[in-house]
Amino acid sequence: MTFLKSRETILAAAIVVLIALIATRFPGFIAPANLVMVFTDTSPLMILAMGQMVVILTRCIDLSVAANLALTGMVCAMINVAMPGLPIAVIVAISILMGAALGAINGVLVWKLNIPPIVVTLGTMTIFRGVIFLLTDGKWINAHEMSAAFTGVPRTSLLGMPVLGWVSVLVAVVMVIVMARTTLGRAIYAVGGNPHAAVYTGIDVGKTQFLAFTISGMLAGLTGYLWIARYSVAYVDIAGGFELDVVAACVIGGISIAGGAGTVIGTLLGALFLGVIKNALPVVDISPFWQLAISGAAIIIAVAFNAQSGRTKGRIILKSAEHAQ
Amino acid sequence: MRNLSPEGDSAAQDAQPVLTLDKITKTFPGVKALDGVDLHLFAGQVTALIGENGAGKSTVVKTLTGIYQPNGGQILLHGKPVRFVTPQDAADAGVTAIHQETVLFDELSVAENVFIGHAPKGRFGLIDTAAMHSRTADILGTIGAKISPSVKLKDLGIASRHLVAIARALSVEAQVVIMDEPTAALSQTEIEELYELVDTLKAKGKAILFISHKFDEIFRIADRFTVFRDGQLVGAGQMADVTEADLVKMMVGRAVDQLFPKRHAEIGDKVLTVAGYSHPTEFEDINFTLRRGEILGFYGLVGAGRSEFMQSLIGITKPSKGAVRIGDDVRVIRSPADAIKAGIVYVPEDRGKQGAILDMPIFQNVTLPSLHKTSKDGFIRLAEEFALAREYTQRLDLRAASLDTNVGALSGGNQQKVVIAKWLATKPRVIILDEPTKGIDIGSKAAVHDFMSELAAQGLSVIMVSSEIPEIMGMSDRVIVMRDGRMVAELEGDALSPETLVRHAVGINEQGDAA
Repeated sequence: MTFLKSRETILAAAIVVLIALIATRFPGFIAPANLVMVFTDTSPLMILAMGQMVVILTRCIDLSVAANLALTGMVCAMINVAMPGLPIAVIVAISILMGAALGAINGVLVWKLNIPPIVVTLGTMTIFRGVIFLLTDGKWINAHEMSAAFTGVPRTSLLGMPVLGWVSVLVAVVMVIVMARTTLGRAIYAVGGNPHAAVYTGIDVGKTQFLAFTISGMLAGLTGYLWIARYSVAYVDIAGGFELDVVAACVIGGISIAGGAGTVIGTLLGALFLGVIKNALPVVDISPFWQLAISGAAIIIAVAFNAQSGRTKGRIILKSAEHAQ
Repeated sequence: MRNLSPEGDSAAQDAQPVLTLDKITKTFPGVKALDGVDLHLFAGQVTALIGENGAGKSTVVKTLTGIYQPNGGQILLHGKPVRFVTPQDAADAGVTAIHQETVLFDELSVAENVFIGHAPKGRFGLIDTAAMHSRTADILGTIGAKISPSVKLKDLGIASRHLVAIARALSVEAQVVIMDEPTAALSQTEIEELYELVDTLKAKGKAILFISHKFDEIFRIADRFTVFRDGQLVGAGQMADVTEADLVKMMVGRAVDQLFPKRHAEIGDKVLTVAGYSHPTEFEDINFTLRRGEILGFYGLVGAGRSEFMQSLIGITKPSKGAVRIGDDVRVIRSPADAIKAGIVYVPEDRGKQGAILDMPIFQNVTLPSLHKTSKDGFIRLAEEFALAREYTQRLDLRAASLDTNVGALSGGNQQKVVIAKWLATKPRVIILDEPTKGIDIGSKAAVHDFMSELAAQGLSVIMVSSEIPEIMGMSDRVIVMRDGRMVAELEGDALSPETLVRHAVGINEQGDAA
């Protein structure tokens, strides 16, 4: 019963129904190749959402992910332009480290200066975009300036799916293990579930939030390289406003904005739900403006769901009712 | 058991009650919180409503104040049926409640708190601030409270906040005043002041419903009683006709022989030594030693610095000076993690806020502070974790369908067991219990006391912070009294008496003069 009622099952069913409805009007949508394309296209959203999930679980929010992505991606592109021979593995490592460093700045400000996360990340979001402008004077880096290896890696097909898709699978596996089987994952849930109780059990709340921001930054940095390479272009406003899609994916996926509740699988499904809508609507000839309205409606429905399930069921007074739940 | 059945409450027929609940039933999905209960409140009399936690007392208060609608039965005001559909209806009818957790607004002034919702209006329907302040001052004067109407609520202490809540109740020309555990957060002297206030209200002809767990205050203050158990009425009558034992028997449905089953425990070597512990603003120069198997009581008025000292001892706040030794080893405790490593654990007073993590399964709650024992290099070994959780939940006789159940789905008593299991699983040497029985019913109290005794008997050292004299007297081997952030006495054996405790706590010397 609890399995059937869980957020993950409902969301997976919704995605299946959505895909089935689209298939009735456009059978080509359910061709395996197209589904793989949709999955790959949604990969950046999934990776960023998993980072955002960790942050939201600790009762914070990271609005700087898209700006972090843009800055890190731009730096990777500039390095590639300056040193075309540098192996892609090194560029990937740089993107992860730099993203982590940018995330750590958010984390330190939240941890040591006790500034509310929404203010910190609103500030760093603007600063990161500003830094890109300072680095480039607003100029674009285009496909012809990047090396073939740089732009090629995310698109290389491996067992029928581009590397970009496989990276999201890999990140998902790592995140499932981190959240379920490590002391850090447990601390993240504890800090969001009840910060006061977490303090008394010896968990450093600020440090846990710092690590959450670092993880989020790390994944944003990695996505930065993948995004720039995939679209073969880097500019100041790239992925502008994408942080809102990322937060939306988490909320639809059942991550409680109040912290402490939610799963990796839910987050992935939330991102995929948005990804399917985004890819399907143009296919069935619905205006992209409807797409925004539908995404918005999905968020509100998801939050209404959360509020419903979070409603207290009254006190259990009769002894006989205690186990009947 | 004379005159204890509802029908035998003969006085109910003599005088006309101000307010009557007649066969009130309230059901929630799957739960019958009130099952055809009767309650009579008389002018100028205090009726004590008694029952264990979950007996339905809070539901009655919410029904009387228009927050809940009963599913059956009726409410009679001066014999006429009334319906309280909203809290405003109840307030208009002159029923007012002073709640368990006082509902006031920190950022507003005292006068605004007293008159919120029914502020005196001047021209153009705007609030007449001057009238509001002068009327607040009048009301505060009648209850002898020296509080300025213009001060912000957040600048007041707990006792003063209660007085504001009472002033608020009086501001609506109440006929019926409901006091839901009004003394829970008060110290002994403040409680005495509250008693005088209740006498004033009685003299003014108010009908008072007084909800309390403390028998001494029920016998001190109540004229009549009504006892609930599991949502049903089990007895009502005059206080003069019953004994404490009768009431306990009605509440729990069984006789509780002894409230404080302190067993003999072998007192062993010294476990914890605290020397010269001080904090810049909260406490100064705390010195004591604690031995194996000992229960050390910490008594004092609310705000004497006991909880603040305990929080510093476990590393939540930093002391300015002082040393802690475990056995003979000096330990530096700068964080709760250090304290847990040193074997000192703290079960906080506010278990709802600081205790369990409700969205987490039982087993994860239990193992949270000892997770390093069941993990390697940051990776948790699930089998070991489950084994640890099972061991301690079984030891505490926790009843739950599965250890995977979220703690939020458990009853309050079981949640408390999860919190205690969590701390025992760290295998502590010293366990600090802050107000371990505050706000819990008499049956659960006995269980907590029994358990505390057992822990001491097993060789654990217990520090018990308590504001209840019977508990301190009954459970402690030795008592430290704190006043204004300092240790003022260390009492044991014959020196330990309720009178000496209170005298040291309030600062009155042998002659009775204020020190």
